[in-house]
Amino acid sequence: MNVIQHTFDVVIVGAGGAGLMAAIQTSGAANVAVLSKLYPSRSHTGSAQGGIGAALGNLEEDHWEWHMFDTVKGGDYLSDQDAVEIMCRDAIDTVYELEHQGLPFSRTPLGLIDQRRFGGHTRNFGEAPVRRACYAADRTGHMILQTLYQQCIKNRVRFFSEYHVLDLILSTGRAAGVVAREIRTGDLHVFRAKAVILTTGGYGRAFKITSNALANTGDAVAMIFRRGLPLEDMEFFQFHPTGLYPLGVLLTEGARGEGAILLNGEGERFMERYAPTLKDLAPRDLISRCIYTEIREGRGIDGNDYVYLDLRHLGKAVIESKLPDITEFVRVYLGIDPVTQLVPIVPTAHYAMGGIPTDVDGRVTVDPENTPLPGLYAAGECACVSIHGANRLGTNSLVDIIVFGRRAGKDALRFIQQADLPPLPADALDRARTELAHFLGGPSSEPAAAIRSELQKTMMDLASVLRTGTGLQDCVNVVHALQERFQGVRPADRSEHFNTDLLETLEVGYLLDVSEALAVSALNRTESRGAHFREDYPTRNDAEWLKHTLAYRENGTLRMRYKPVSITKFEPKARTY
Amino acid sequence: MEVTVKIERFDPTSDTAPHDVSYRVEAQETDRVLDLLNQIKWYQDGTLTYRRSCTQGICGSDAMRINGRNRLACKTLVKDVGHSIDVRPLFGLSVLRDLVVDQEPFFQKYADVLPWLIVDESQTPERERLQSPAERERFDDTTKCILCAACTTACPPFWANGKFIGPASIVNAHRFIFDSRDQGAGERLRILNQRWGAWGCRVVFNCTDVCPRGIQVTDAIEQVKREILQENL
Repeated sequence: MNVIQHTFDVVIVGAGGAGLMAAIQTSGAANVAVLSKLYPSRSHTGSAQGGIGAALGNLEEDHWEWHMFDTVKGGDYLSDQDAVEIMCRDAIDTVYELEHQGLPFSRTPLGLIDQRRFGGHTRNFGEAPVRRACYAADRTGHMILQTLYQQCIKNRVRFFSEYHVLDLILSTGRAAGVVAREIRTGDLHVFRAKAVILTTGGYGRAFKITSNALANTGDAVAMIFRRGLPLEDMEFFQFHPTGLYPLGVLLTEGARGEGAILLNGEGERFMERYAPTLKDLAPRDLISRCIYTEIREGRGIDGNDYVYLDLRHLGKAVIESKLPDITEFVRVYLGIDPVTQLVPIVPTAHYAMGGIPTDVDGRVTVDPENTPLPGLYAAGECACVSIHGANRLGTNSLVDIIVFGRRAGKDALRFIQQADLPPLPADALDRARTELAHFLGGPSSEPAAAIRSELQKTMMDLASVLRTGTGLQDCVNVVHALQERFQGVRPADRSEHFNTDLLETLEVGYLLDVSEALAVSALNRTESRGAHFREDYPTRNDAEWLKHTLAYRENGTLRMRYKPVSITKFEPKARTY
Repeated sequence: MEVTVKIERFDPTSDTAPHDVSYRVEAQETDRVLDLLNQIKWYQDGTLTYRRSCTQGICGSDAMRINGRNRLACKTLVKDVGHSIDVRPLFGLSVLRDLVVDQEPFFQKYADVLPWLIVDESQTPERERLQSPAERERFDDTTKCILCAACTTACPPFWANGKFIGPASIVNAHRFIFDSRDQGAGERLRILNQRWGAWGCRVVFNCTDVCPRGIQVTDAIEQVKREILQENL
């Protein structure tokens, strides 16, 4: 196999919204490469539907402080408030910047960016829903991805599409580049760089029912973990309440923002009971738990494990103009017309609040004191700033990728201007070569897909919306057993040329490792907060657990350390809606 | 129930010509064709090669010929195509392996129409530029494009002449030409005022028929042609 060397100032891994935003920031002033295992326009940012939150106040009074409060309360007070403040302030300028770059937002009659309601976003610190989500029909993420990709083409960003990053190169305590495999040829490429920005997205594919793309396998998160670096708050994984049953394909919260409601098997609008103020626009963690509770207590539809989303009263015109894509999803995948029929929905694994710890400039940090690893950055869903705390609000994922992709890019630019190119360690290729030699030699004990399928079922049953200590212990045991079995797995395809079987097999390895970090962190946290709900510890315990988890893999086991939460403006309070 | 999936296979490093291989898969009427391909790859033949990612018709990775027509495998259900399913790579781009075609020329043609907002940046306002709902509606349809290449590879003039810029590029030019904020229409129209530009279109409507996003592709191309004529380039 050939080895090809490249040298850049900045290497960006992943070409979704965060990666492209970082590329736009750096590409004018530095030599930048963007690597993706897909083509950039295939990235999962394109699947985001409902909107991007920013307190523009185009339709009614709004303030970034209100957005900040909602984000902190939505995150069950685990969000770092210094970072949330930066995000909610920056969100306003970045939305204008997106508009200036050409993003075709939906418009108000006055020609301003239109805004709609979204779960957990309120006026005046929780009084009532507010119109804050800027949107482009129900394809906001698609339009963000397209707009950023277009800006990258304009800026002549150098893309390496369909390159699969296998390993990080660290040298003398710094990031020094990455090792990647060109999928088309099987060639190995060494990308040396002064700075590396990780933007590989989430890992919803660890669960059986998910809104995530097949490519969302936590690649960079697993690579960091394998290098003995910490992962933050991995126990917090969001289930979006309205996945299309049974596929898990997302139906945007924008539907409820426009007025759709949830109904149980008795035809009852059950969210009125659980969240009297915000009702169907309560945060996602709460609604997902309520749906699970309704189903468990026998109030699913005809005793089945789903409930209904009712859009019928919105009328054909609103449904088809403001929610065209999800209307088509429902028609294509279920043969149901949401204008006249009820839509079966089920919570779907959607978003990782946890990930690679970073500071507010995207710098990857390695300990409770937030010591950065020079030259290494992460942004977007693979990172944990932490903005989202224990539960992310709708629209804040798009805010996160734009704001922190931009900040990571800007800081990387500052960094490379005063840094030299780190030396390439003699063993830079060794780990990648060893991994490839392992997977491309010898017979396979079983298909990788069998391991993945068991993992996804186990995670869904034991580590999803409702968790218990015994269930999580079982989950950890199963994951460890699967990791053991995975040692015997090899892809059936051994060719150099466009070997997607090898890629998928490596991805199963990433999923196993992020699942281990998730399950062990969840077992360790003996309280309930946000998306992490322990039936054996059903209340929030600020005295012991108002802190971030840092999970390190050391000598084959996990060591937990803890990091304080930044609290600046809002003292933790009971979280009711 | 069991369905038969016949797939055109080709590995240029070992095969001299493509050949068909049939697989039998257990399936339900509501399964996506992508689900069937995954079942084959995961449990029967790991060497089967195709692109896919989102599974929900938005990333544009898995356009292919299914029963003779370009479709997204993740947006096509068994009940749409029956129990005997024929799957082939997109036509008109070279096959890298099995159902994977070389998309580099496709993305290059996309870049050729200057697909970004062209504006005088010294005039950028502090807040958003104003655009009425009617102005926004003018190009709404062409913002839906996911660059899956289904239209371009269904186009007979493109099959006949790979130099033709193809419907997808013209759709993306349309998205900017008719955006009230954009000032680059003249430049794009000059690029498209060529035999291999918009005039390469012979109004066959295949593009419109296959677009998985329901874009009125031919109509958009005709609007671009009329704009070229009106601009007297």
